[in-house]
Amino acid sequence: MKTLFPLFAVITLIVLVVAGVQYANMQFLFGVIIPYLAVATFVAGLIYRVMKWASSPVPFRIPTTCGQELSLPWIKQDKLESPSGTLGVIGRMALEVLLFRSLFRNIKLDMREGPRIAYGSDKWLWLSGLAFHWSFLIILIRHFRLFAIQLPYPIHVIESLDSFLQIGVPMLYITDVVILAAVTYLFIRRITNPLVRYISLPADYFPLFLILAVAGSGVLMRYFTKVDVVGVKQLTMGLISFRPVVPQGIGIIFYIHLFLISVLFAYFPFSKLVHMAGVFLSPTRNMANNNRMVRHVNPWDYPVHVHTYEEYENDFREKMKSVGIPVEKE
Amino acid sequence: MYDSGKIITGLLVFVAIVSFPFVYSRGTNIVKPEPKIDTPVIQQMAVKQCVQPRAFMRAEHMQLLNDWRDSVVRDGNRVYVGFGGKQYNMSLQNTCMHCHSNKKEFCDSCHNFMSVKPYCWDCHIAPKENKS
Repeated sequence: MKTLFPLFAVITLIVLVVAGVQYANMQFLFGVIIPYLAVATFVAGLIYRVMKWASSPVPFRIPTTCGQELSLPWIKQDKLESPSGTLGVIGRMALEVLLFRSLFRNIKLDMREGPRIAYGSDKWLWLSGLAFHWSFLIILIRHFRLFAIQLPYPIHVIESLDSFLQIGVPMLYITDVVILAAVTYLFIRRITNPLVRYISLPADYFPLFLILAVAGSGVLMRYFTKVDVVGVKQLTMGLISFRPVVPQGIGIIFYIHLFLISVLFAYFPFSKLVHMAGVFLSPTRNMANNNRMVRHVNPWDYPVHVHTYEEYENDFREKMKSVGIPVEKE
Repeated sequence: MYDSGKIITGLLVFVAIVSFPFVYSRGTNIVKPEPKIDTPVIQQMAVKQCVQPRAFMRAEHMQLLNDWRDSVVRDGNRVYVGFGGKQYNMSLQNTCMHCHSNKKEFCDSCHNFMSVKPYCWDCHIAPKENKS
């Protein structure tokens, strides 16, 4: 059920756009209005989420125990795992964001004969996660081709590196293969590993199916069922320059692709996918471990009225003296 | 809001990245490319017909050229049986460009609009009109 519900949700989305474009002729809705709304929701939603996070106070630096913090001069500090300054934090964040350092530490628990517990390194999640995210980024950057007539030079470089193998025409992009393989692996991992399957929710499966459908429809459109690419570019250029046009006869598969990616963009800020922004606000990663050097005042400290001993003695001096309790001030 | 300096800087970077394509392509004049087929050779043809029907050529010409290259270079076979059983010499420079001698107005008009750079002319010699 947890798997089937999101699957049918994606199928329903596809049926919706096919019905809307093929039979109800709502090209303008699916080709112009929904993409605009989706991008606006994406930007506004993401800003809203980040502002909401930023309004929660973070009371303490949270040192994680995976590295030696700055200590005595003869104890070597682990500068990337337990940084004490801004530069080290930038290094740790870069490793986390670009190379998924914490996933690299992923281990697998194994019950051996005995019974005996063994922990082994498990790099497959890290590898497929990294492959998936980088492919997605490169594919996103490549799509800039649809939104500019004169392409900046770096985009050409990325494109030619991605199609470096020169297989077939249109040339096969390596990232197209990698993203499909990686997402498929991530899905299979979810349903075959009993522990991961137990904690998986529809909110985990839905983005997987949606991304698989987006990538699948894109691959289908590029290599197999051709669409009118000139019409597609007219539409995308119209969107980007705020002069929307809807050419006729583009092909239904393009509208499926566009609608699914619009759904992904609109869904993004309100789902787990918002970890794209959230990773930058990970408290255990983005704060220097300088608890012993800098005094951190808890920002939500309630202003407590302190009654000092001096005030106490002032209040009760005579009574204390009369029963023989020593006082500091006569 | 806590750490407002860093948060706002981050959000500004995000908004800048998202709005980059809009700024980059602002006010672009979108002219639908119309590849021209009014070359002297085509005008003299009684039946204006390419090696395959127009719809096929529009969608699959790159695949066709790729197949031609493989056939000529790997198998040494230069004979192509086209639409209506007519035989053609498989050659980009001698067959395709014989009729479509206007590379700039034919090939390039769509390719430039689509920002694609086919690698045909890495090896082949482009028609003379292009050299000026």
